[in-house]
Amino acid sequence: MSLPPLPNSAIDLGADAGTWRDAVRLVGNALERSGATETSYTDRMIEVIDEFGAYIVIAPGLALAHARPGSDVLREGLAVVTLAEPVAFGHPHNDPVSVVLGLAVPTPETHVTTVAQLANVFNDASAIPAIAAATTPDEVRRVFDADN
Amino acid sequence: MKIVAICGAGVGTSGILKVNAERVLKRLDIDAEVTASDVAGVADAAADAQVILTSPELVDKIGKTFADVVIIENYFDLDELERKLEKALG
Repeated sequence: MSLPPLPNSAIDLGADAGTWRDAVRLVGNALERSGATETSYTDRMIEVIDEFGAYIVIAPGLALAHARPGSDVLREGLAVVTLAEPVAFGHPHNDPVSVVLGLAVPTPETHVTTVAQLANVFNDASAIPAIAAATTPDEVRRVFDADN
Repeated sequence: MKIVAICGAGVGTSGILKVNAERVLKRLDIDAEVTASDVAGVADAAADAQVILTSPELVDKIGKTFADVVIIENYFDLDELERKLEKALG
């Protein structure tokens, strides 16, 4: 049981995003580049936030962008974007966001083990600052691998 | 005892909340079933639930319920979850 692979194509460090929409699009692009999703999945991740608000900002500085499973999810995928300048998503406590995770799962059942692994990684409070400060993909992968 | 974790899409964030709630309940030695649901399914999912766990952003979308609505700010802070669950269940 492990997280989806994090190839270099799924990691975008020190990126520029003017708004939360830009930030989610960047992480959607990373998922797409890594072969996990099609463009419409990125649009759907943005729609979730338009509809339900910034609840995806689940910890200080961290957004978990995702949408429901669908045919635009080609395989399970994880992507990481860090922002040169943090952006506000509109969350009352956890803004601004400097680390955006993108998650894509092909079926509701597959996501259970993945989110359990994500919880293992991020229940360690040092994980978000470590990813925000990473300058190479290897440093990011080390944070995700630490618990596995 | 039934607890429902709510998020917009029903996958992802509610799953994290479910996993961490289960860990905290184990720590507290409380026997409860934790399920994850999306906002659209909350009326059914929470019909016989004692507690709804969710984000401050989604509270207004939950509507009428007999369950205690517990708002979690940091989904990865097990101490926050433990404090708030203990209060809701105690």
